[in-house]
Amino acid sequence: MLIQYIAFYVFAAVVVASAFMVIAARNPVHSVLFLILAFFNSAGLFVLAGAEFLAMTLVIVYVGGVAVLFLFVVMMLDINFVRLRQGFMQYLPVGAMLGAVLLVELLLVVGAMTIKPDIEALAAPMPPVERQSNTHALGELLYTRYMYPFQVAGMVLLAAMIGAIVLTFRVRTGVCKQNISAQVARRRADAVEMKKVVPRAGVSGGL
Amino acid sequence: MDEFWTGYAVPGIWIVVKILALLVPLLISVAYLTWFERKVMAAMQLRMGPNVVGPWGLWQPFADALKMVVKETIIPTKANPGVFLLAPMLTFMLAIIAWAVMPVGEGLVISDINVGVLYLFAISSLGVYGIVMAGWASNSRYAFLGALRSAAQMVSYEVSMGFVIITVLLCVGSLNLSDIVRAQENVWFIFTPLLPMAVVFFISALAETNRHPFDLPEAESELVAGHLVEYSAMTFGLFFLGEYANMILMSAMTTVLFLGGWLPPLDIAPLNWIPGPVWFLLKIGALLFVFVWVRATFPRYRYDQLMRLGWKVFLPLSLLWVVLTAGVLMAFGWAPGGA
Repeated sequence: MLIQYIAFYVFAAVVVASAFMVIAARNPVHSVLFLILAFFNSAGLFVLAGAEFLAMTLVIVYVGGVAVLFLFVVMMLDINFVRLRQGFMQYLPVGAMLGAVLLVELLLVVGAMTIKPDIEALAAPMPPVERQSNTHALGELLYTRYMYPFQVAGMVLLAAMIGAIVLTFRVRTGVCKQNISAQVARRRADAVEMKKVVPRAGVSGGL
Repeated sequence: MDEFWTGYAVPGIWIVVKILALLVPLLISVAYLTWFERKVMAAMQLRMGPNVVGPWGLWQPFADALKMVVKETIIPTKANPGVFLLAPMLTFMLAIIAWAVMPVGEGLVISDINVGVLYLFAISSLGVYGIVMAGWASNSRYAFLGALRSAAQMVSYEVSMGFVIITVLLCVGSLNLSDIVRAQENVWFIFTPLLPMAVVFFISALAETNRHPFDLPEAESELVAGHLVEYSAMTFGLFFLGEYANMILMSAMTTVLFLGGWLPPLDIAPLNWIPGPVWFLLKIGALLFVFVWVRATFPRYRYDQLMRLGWKVFLPLSLLWVVLTAGVLMAFGWAPGGA
């Protein structure tokens, strides 16, 4: 068990430290890189908790997808660091409130589990790892017990995707766009016309 | 103290031995892949290729390695030194750690985890960070343009790669790489209706490793060398090795998913005497030859055509194949059972 404890404390310490660096780093690109480190180490914590599927999904979706685009945008922006710092005090109350809400929620979860340890049984039953793999168990839950919420989540994402496309889509006029199917469908007869040119008469057949 | 030896020390040493047994041949293959590429391309272009250092130029990779080690590492004054040095290390490390789950033969795998395919997919999707970080930290126009291209390109092709993996998973019913190979005992997936997906996967692998004809992040004729512009000596060497290690990794992934991993083509007498790892290596070698062959044959894609191919051709095709595969498996009751 010793190795697990060491691994847990290493992962947890790196998550907390890099999460702090996300808001403390002066350079926004460094902030994003620390955020990625935090994601990655959270995936490590998931693996320790036996949730291997969640760990890999976290890395694929957040680190491999979301954070790449995030980094992409932050790198492209020309950010004025001094002005960014100025609004700090103004946003402090809102941030502090959000932090307080999260803290209370965490305390509720941990408190409930300490006061009434059998409350875990009320949560979705997870079969032991020896009997069924993590992925199977998760799939079975998602596609039976939580079928409708799962579908609704999918619909929400689809709506968001269509919304993003509609917002950014614009038909530009006056641009010459490549039409690959038209190019492929073009035959020799459409493009080349054979002419018998009489010398000194030209293509139009003389004046 | 007994517990320490049996519980930690012996398994720990055993793991290190297994890692070395995989890593040392892997690094030697990476070195010789550069030689192989130069020789094969030379043969295709009626040249000699490296032939001075050692017999048939066989010591050329070591001469190159020595050259890279002894050259000076230059960090541009305007670069961001931490990120600048981290980028090549990250690229190389990601190309190496993916091998932890690769089954080289029956039971010959360092870590036989249940979500092996997802692990591979996750690690290969991280590869973009090395290039993006290099491009940004170099603080140079060419490098940054290369990084932007690479980020968009790798994210685009990952999507269709994910769908291709899903079609295979539907037929196997497990995310474990060894199980995927065992499911191909009767017939390799490339000889089933999954063949178009194998082609899509291989082409996406070319784009994912930034190889020709999708090497737009480097594109020496327009971006000089993209994210590699400011790198010299061993920092460049790590990028270079990482790229070739990624090629081997992608070939191994294609082998496991479609070419039946360590399995012989037919389970008959002379073929199944040859041990599994040899078959695995032969298949990887064949795919690597295709990598080189493609490089010597096709001109570079234009950027909009690259995006079109990824989003308008591969994505609908692979999505359609996911639906078709799932439909056929359900209709005929061939879907592999649960747990």
